Amino acid sequence: MNTGKTAAGILLLTLLAVAVQVGASVSGRDYYLTQLTMAAYTAAVVMGLSLLVGYTGQISLGHAGFVAIGAYTSAFLSTAPLAHASGTALGKSLLRFHVLASRPELYGDGTVVSLAPGLAFLAGLLLAGLVAVGIGYPALRLHGHYLAMATLGFGLIVYRLVLGTAFLGAADGISSVPPLPILPGVACTGEPGQRIANYYIAAGFTLMVLLFLLNLTDSRTGRALRAIHGSERAAAATGIDTAAYKLKVFVLSAILAAAAGGLLTFYRGSIGPSDAGAMKSVRYVAMVAAGGMASVWGALVVGFVLTFLSLRGCFGSFDDAVFGVVLIVIMSFTPEGPFGPLRTLVVRFRARRRPALANGESEKEIPRVVA
Amino acid sequence: MLRVRNLRTGYGSLEVIKGVSFHVAPGEVVALIGANGAGKTSLLSAVVGLLPPWDGQVVIGGRDATGAPPWESIASGVVLVPEGRRIFADMTVMENLQVGGYRNPDRDRLIDEMFDRFPRLRERRGQTAGTLSGGEQQMLAIARGLIARPRLLLLDEPSLGLAPLLVKEVFEVVRGLRDLGVTICMVEQNAVAALEIADRGYVLETGEIILEGVSEDLLRNPEVMRAYLGKGYREVWE
Repeated sequence: MNTGKTAAGILLLTLLAVAVQVGASVSGRDYYLTQLTMAAYTAAVVMGLSLLVGYTGQISLGHAGFVAIGAYTSAFLSTAPLAHASGTALGKSLLRFHVLASRPELYGDGTVVSLAPGLAFLAGLLLAGLVAVGIGYPALRLHGHYLAMATLGFGLIVYRLVLGTAFLGAADGISSVPPLPILPGVACTGEPGQRIANYYIAAGFTLMVLLFLLNLTDSRTGRALRAIHGSERAAAATGIDTAAYKLKVFVLSAILAAAAGGLLTFYRGSIGPSDAGAMKSVRYVAMVAAGGMASVWGALVVGFVLTFLSLRGCFGSFDDAVFGVVLIVIMSFTPEGPFGPLRTLVVRFRARRRPALANGESEKEIPRVVA
Repeated sequence: MLRVRNLRTGYGSLEVIKGVSFHVAPGEVVALIGANGAGKTSLLSAVVGLLPPWDGQVVIGGRDATGAPPWESIASGVVLVPEGRRIFADMTVMENLQVGGYRNPDRDRLIDEMFDRFPRLRERRGQTAGTLSGGEQQMLAIARGLIARPRLLLLDEPSLGLAPLLVKEVFEVVRGLRDLGVTICMVEQNAVAALEIADRGYVLETGEIILEGVSEDLLRNPEVMRAYLGKGYREVWE
């Protein structure tokens, strides 16, 4: 639809990302990059959720559960020791083919063998996808409040499970997660030397999610999703398999959440039950709403900025309250998201210029009305 | 084209369609008329699979389609233009048409064709559909249905909520489709207007078909009037 505009937006965003990094490094505030990296991963979760909530009209109050599934699977599989495997012939060949990975023991002089981080990460995506199918198949037959309740219940179950499971570290979670190698010499890890590289890994990942979602929403699939949002009955009458689409989008947004959760875990080197909490899920939905519901760009900007400010501690102990206030303010004044007023201004500006510009000439394009 | 036998359906425990049989032959325009709550919309919903039938049979083009989901009945050529238009208000006119051709890989060519048939829609292609007038929205809903290239078009109350002048316009469109040879099954409260363009008609009353016949006969039948105004209207009004 607006390929040129989208490309310009992406370019601007890339330049902005580079400028922020250079600015932070030059001014000696490299530590900002840590929070920026984490905020980028959160923004990816919010964008994936916006596809589900904003475009398809299905609410999920359990997305922190999917983040946790991705994070915990990555952390558990890449740290669980497979000591008995390292001695066998099979274990040795698996090590050679990077199915298994060894690393020095943290407190000791031996080495520990575990599943390779990359495979642990993929396993997290797979598990989140499977769970989403299992949850989504019955839950998406519910509507409105019932769907919200069902997903909220799912989120609470995940939280209780990770909190009460000994091999997942119970209340402590899992720490000393190994780095996730991405390129030779570059890994997704919290090591200070890799801080700038990781900022770009997160930015690249988020940009890829953005591009993917923008493409998706402007395709036959995207129109089908918006049609479901507009009227499920009419969408079905035009031949859209509404149930299948709702399930697919649910699974997709769950996998995106798990991917962001997994990468965040490798970056921080640890994961705890608080990331699976119900309040986190509510926050994700609040950020989607504040971003303008059906706006991938809005979700990105709001998700990124709010999470960054929250991580910097700008909101103090009022953290959750600020998210609530932001939601109320945006919903009351610009329900179409933070870009709403901006777009209205642009339309007004163009409308004012048009008569002078098109005097005598026929203007083919009718100005798009912002509802 | 379409044959429905002893169809029963409803909502929850409430039976709305109590054993209805009717048929639509290829090239025919059939009107299903009846008062509010007669079960007209439920009947069409059950035909395309939006409402699961309890009992009976729906045969589309010689194949049993009883209880098939709507995306399958579209594949066999039956398209429903739902009651109250149900256009996608937040999407542009163009996008609405693209969604209409969701199952039709040839949609782009057909969209052009629709723009030729409904020039107003071409003018407003970039406008969000919610900003169209009621009549334009109904045109869009019909065009959206036609893009799926139906062999049988089901129109549910095309004149609902439109000003009298626009009602006329919509029926003109239906007449045009009939002349093109599109098979149409139309549900209407506006019995006279519907029967004027239909070949045959069925009169539906509280979930049952009470009359069937050629349009001219139905137009002259006092029973049609009675079905509309309720039992014993003569005693009350005359």
